[in-house]
Amino acid sequence: MKRVSQYSKPQIYSLLTLRLFIGWYFLYEGLAKVFTPNWSAYGYLIDSKGIFAPFFVQLTENPAVLSVVNFINIWGLTLVGLSLILGLFNKTGYIGAILFLLMFYLSHPPLLYAKYILPTEGSYLWIDKNLIMLAAVVVLMLFPTSRIIGFDSLLIRKKKS
Amino acid sequence: MSEGKNDIQKENVNNPEKKVSQGRRDALKAMVAVPVLGAMAYGVYQKKKTELNNRNAAGMFRFKGDVAAYTPTNSDAPILRLGIIGFGIRGKLLMQALGFATPDYVENLKEQERIDPENTRYRDFLAQEDLRIEITAVCDIFDAYGEDAVRAGSNVYREGKNGRYGREPKRYLHYRDLLAASDVDAVVIAAPDHWHGTMAMDAIKAGKHVYVEKPMTWTVPETYALRAVVKENPHLVFQLGHQNRQIEAYERARQIIEKGLLGKITLIETGTNRNDPNGAWVYPIHEKASRDTIDWKQFEGDPERIKEYMDYMTSAGVTKYVGPEPRDKFSLERFFRWRCWWDYSTGLSGDLLTHEYDAMNQILHLGIPSSASSSGGVYFFKDGRTVPDVLQTVFEYKEKDLTMFYSATLANQFKRTRKIMGHDATMEVGNTLTVTVDPRSEQYHQKIEQGIIKPGEPFYTYVPGQSVDAVSSATERYFLERGLLYSFIDGKRYNTTFLHLKEWIDCIRNGKQPSCGIDQGFEEAITAHMGTRAYLEGRTMYWDKDKELITRE
Repeated sequence: MKRVSQYSKPQIYSLLTLRLFIGWYFLYEGLAKVFTPNWSAYGYLIDSKGIFAPFFVQLTENPAVLSVVNFINIWGLTLVGLSLILGLFNKTGYIGAILFLLMFYLSHPPLLYAKYILPTEGSYLWIDKNLIMLAAVVVLMLFPTSRIIGFDSLLIRKKKS
Repeated sequence: MSEGKNDIQKENVNNPEKKVSQGRRDALKAMVAVPVLGAMAYGVYQKKKTELNNRNAAGMFRFKGDVAAYTPTNSDAPILRLGIIGFGIRGKLLMQALGFATPDYVENLKEQERIDPENTRYRDFLAQEDLRIEITAVCDIFDAYGEDAVRAGSNVYREGKNGRYGREPKRYLHYRDLLAASDVDAVVIAAPDHWHGTMAMDAIKAGKHVYVEKPMTWTVPETYALRAVVKENPHLVFQLGHQNRQIEAYERARQIIEKGLLGKITLIETGTNRNDPNGAWVYPIHEKASRDTIDWKQFEGDPERIKEYMDYMTSAGVTKYVGPEPRDKFSLERFFRWRCWWDYSTGLSGDLLTHEYDAMNQILHLGIPSSASSSGGVYFFKDGRTVPDVLQTVFEYKEKDLTMFYSATLANQFKRTRKIMGHDATMEVGNTLTVTVDPRSEQYHQKIEQGIIKPGEPFYTYVPGQSVDAVSSATERYFLERGLLYSFIDGKRYNTTFLHLKEWIDCIRNGKQPSCGIDQGFEEAITAHMGTRAYLEGRTMYWDKDKELITRE
């Protein structure tokens, strides 16, 4: 308790806001896929560029592998979103978020000459919003808030009791 | 536990009357998630509602019956014995579609896979279904092709060089000898255009089932003769080689039009754009080709056909299109690039217009037009050819109140889509379908006003192999336009020529009629001939429906 109470109120609320926003982003990304019949990562993966592209394209070649990838995307994104919003199992949630963002970044790196079929809404060189969000998640992980505001606080209490 | 207690005591010092436990305070704080999740639920609900509305708007584009599923060949089906007449460019492709290729070709496929592991052509060829056929006879009047055909026919295990091969088919030097063979049940004809009708008739007369490449005929008189012969022998299955009949999207296009979703259709626009020597029929000349290896006499054609051709050219006053070299003069250019001269060819009309026409006939049941007008010329490939490389043909369907416009150039490959234009919407037809609602549509007037349909934007796209029809999203359109998605159906890519041949073979086994039989073939041939005659004579040609005659007024 001592450690967390070192935050000032503005610090806590700005960290919480960041956590909720990122959680919201993940949750809706997941839900949108849950509600899209036959959603598949196929189109996104096949459009991969950069040195890791062969790996991502390979995922599309085997239907069984692709269905696993789809499942992980749909439910993984949803669970990460819930974790961040609820402040529940936040450490796992953050690690999941980092892994997802890393995969997104590596499959679609904003390289000098890479041209993607899906247009981006901005202009990027080497650093894109996925990477920025990844850095933000790392910050959230190092400055945890779920034990102050979130269900993790209840878990802690239960554990202690 | 004790630490927790201390915390509570400490924190409650300033607020002794409110004995709220730290646990409860934490729980209350955690409740910050509730409004967030509530907002999310509300947002998702509203979004789903809008999507559902849009989907309902597209509901009229939903169809129950899809294209018949692929039925594999019975493993105990009797072996069908095939003869192949013509092993040139198309003949090779047809045999490959049947599962037979030269060892060199298989070697080439393997090499392609070695260079690029993502190239699946070799695997696809191996995986292609065994149609339970045997190639017992082949015929080509050029020795190198004839020998290749033998090698392909014996390559029953689809092997490369030094592999195991099956029994070699017999090579015939004259197609009539092949037709006389008793171990041939059916023939695939891929000879030049001026031989199609004659060979098909002779084959039917010899009691063989026939698959003949398009166009069905070279002269007008033989078109009637072939129809009569086929009709007299209903037990023999006749299929014309328009593999577009197997394209799933066309079947869906037919359903959309049948439902009246485009409104009254008044104009159809089709065309051909190609821009390379191969596309303009300037094919390479084989190194082994010579007077000694080619049976030029047989290449010249059937005397009866030649007479029909010359009779027409003379009577119509268009002998300037005959030749220019005498028919009996040996020429490698003419042998390999025969499509460039009317003496053997049907030009753009027979070679490429027929594809476009048959696709539209499949979708709209157009039948034979009431008139045809053509114009064009040899504008780019001034290599001595007599057939035009730029052609415009306009077909009028007076009874149907519509025009079909065909426009082609062999010196530009800009992508033009086929468009079927109705009062309410326009459908672009390719491997995928796109329907764009017309801003002035009456049928969709209300939906346009409600904002459910945005006129001028693709409203409905149909992508074969996709299980759910959907209102197109920007994303889908992007992938679609680049042709990146959906080249596979259920994870498997089918070659339409394979499907078209398979349909023919299935019909032979089941006694059914194929999708491009003699009636469709007759319509195709007459339509193409009308366009050709309109070009040659420089005037409009008409179809006398009652007398079944092409007339000049």
